[in-house]
Amino acid sequence: MTISTEMSTREAYGKALVELGKEDENIVVLDADLSQSTMTKFFAQEFPRRFFQCGLAEQNMIGIAAGLAASGKTVFASTFAVFAACRCFDQLRMCLSQPRLNVKIAATHGGISVGEDGSSHHSIEDLALYCSLPGFTVVVPADATETVEAVRTAAATEGPFYIRLGRPKTPVVYPEGCRFNLGKAVTLRDGKDATIIANGIMVAKAMEAADRLAPQGIDCQVINMPTLKPLDEEAIIEAASHTGAIVVAEEHLLHGGLGSRVAQVVAREKPVPMNFLGIKDTYAKSGKPEELLHRFGLTAEEIEKAVTAVIAKKSSR
Amino acid sequence: MSEGKLNHADKPQFTPPADPASKAYPSAKFDLSVAELQRMAKQLRRHVITMIATAGSGHPGGSLSAADIVTTLYFKIMRHDPNNPHWLDRDRFVLSKGHAAPVLYAALAECGYFPLEELSTLRKLDSRLQGHTDKTLTPGVEMSAGSLGQGLSFGIGVALAGKLNARDYQTYVLLGDGECDEGQIWEAAMAAAHFKIDSLTAIVDHNEIQLDGWNRDIMNLEPLADKWRSFNWHVLDINGHDISQILQAARKAKKIRQKPTVIIAHTIKGKGVSFMENNVDFHGKAPTPEQAERALKELE
Repeated sequence: MTISTEMSTREAYGKALVELGKEDENIVVLDADLSQSTMTKFFAQEFPRRFFQCGLAEQNMIGIAAGLAASGKTVFASTFAVFAACRCFDQLRMCLSQPRLNVKIAATHGGISVGEDGSSHHSIEDLALYCSLPGFTVVVPADATETVEAVRTAAATEGPFYIRLGRPKTPVVYPEGCRFNLGKAVTLRDGKDATIIANGIMVAKAMEAADRLAPQGIDCQVINMPTLKPLDEEAIIEAASHTGAIVVAEEHLLHGGLGSRVAQVVAREKPVPMNFLGIKDTYAKSGKPEELLHRFGLTAEEIEKAVTAVIAKKSSR
Repeated sequence: MSEGKLNHADKPQFTPPADPASKAYPSAKFDLSVAELQRMAKQLRRHVITMIATAGSGHPGGSLSAADIVTTLYFKIMRHDPNNPHWLDRDRFVLSKGHAAPVLYAALAECGYFPLEELSTLRKLDSRLQGHTDKTLTPGVEMSAGSLGQGLSFGIGVALAGKLNARDYQTYVLLGDGECDEGQIWEAAMAAAHFKIDSLTAIVDHNEIQLDGWNRDIMNLEPLADKWRSFNWHVLDINGHDISQILQAARKAKKIRQKPTVIIAHTIKGKGVSFMENNVDFHGKAPTPEQAERALKELE
């Protein structure tokens, strides 16, 4: 698959599924009346026999996925992230998490960068919910390249997965030749003054923030943390030791997502000053994606401020 | 019984009598006659009472109402092998009403999936026999259940996989009637008919009682058969305690093509124990040791 400099992670997912479908007859795909948006339509066109349109019934879709997986199938099930997390949580718990079945929930339209559809369609609690499910692996790819590798890894790894994908086109941040390793963080830029840990669309913004801080004499490390669960604790401890200040940026509620998870490790293993960017206990609203990210403080400028503040805390210690 | 005393020190203890009938089918052939099936159903009911009384908690009513259905499936209708619980060609039994776990455990033990002695560990710490079914622990259990409304969807997935894998097994899903309050049942009902899955048979254990009372008072289900019919299912209406009717319906269901079949099995909650029959109190309450003794006498 050719990936241009900008591609949405959902499009990369849809295309990766077709390639996987060609390689592995055991892969089946389910969708809940959103295949045009989640991009499972490509798989549906190519492999109609292995695609099950479940209609607008997410709870039923999860149950069907579980039954297929219990009978040996590798199942990908897609809908919007907000529905994949909130509409069928008990089904995820009983049918996938408890029996650890081999179902990959690849949910698109994560976060507030969905934009104009408004708060009903903004998934800001999905990562907290999925991380709370025992046995689930939770991945938030930063770009199309990482998405393709994460999807392939999920297909090859037994057990339930949640992969959160986005609606808008996203710049490619992965350097050529860099590989996605499940449960491993990727240092995209080295630095000594502070570490920015991010995932999803916030990775590109973290890189931008580091670029803006460099001329001010602030040398920022940027870590992409695509796997929330299991978390790369070693990388976090190393960063805390190396720079002594950490900022976490994510397109999610401040509570229960990447920030909370990283903070738990930092508090236990290597307490250093931290700062957090995320949605603050509220719902967003309709607007263009960039307008919303700006309004809710998920920008390179805000990361820049957070880094400056956390370095000040470090120095005043 | 020492473990039971540890776990339920505050409750009077039930000591099960020696049970001569438990060795009745040492090597089950799963091809019992109607008379033998009737005896086996009674045997499962005895296990249910003993297990729940020993555990000191559980749901006797819905296990007793389903005993004839479960017996007929496991000892006559279904193709299965206790020595190979994951046999790819086995017929599948999905217990959606997970609180009826005791009757399923009793059937599995009598079939030989695990030792009969293990039945007395129901609900105890580290037992393979959890309060509600756990797919990861118990040999022969297809699905983790207990949160109602999910088994029919699971059964659809199992049946679809059978079609994709070109295996001719039949998938049976046992639903409670109170369970049909759950919206997901009707999502699944719509989907199964839409996919035209004829290898799927749903059975509603229609005992008309749910935890808080009679269906008609809690949430009216009627006309239940018409509901399934309007969802494009083939509907069979039977007496769920008449082994011949269960046999006939299960065989008919397997022959219906291009649509799923639901067997609405009219049953009596607590069937077989006079003071539990149609008694809402025994939906989710264990009998006292005295009550258990009386129940077992009635089931001799």
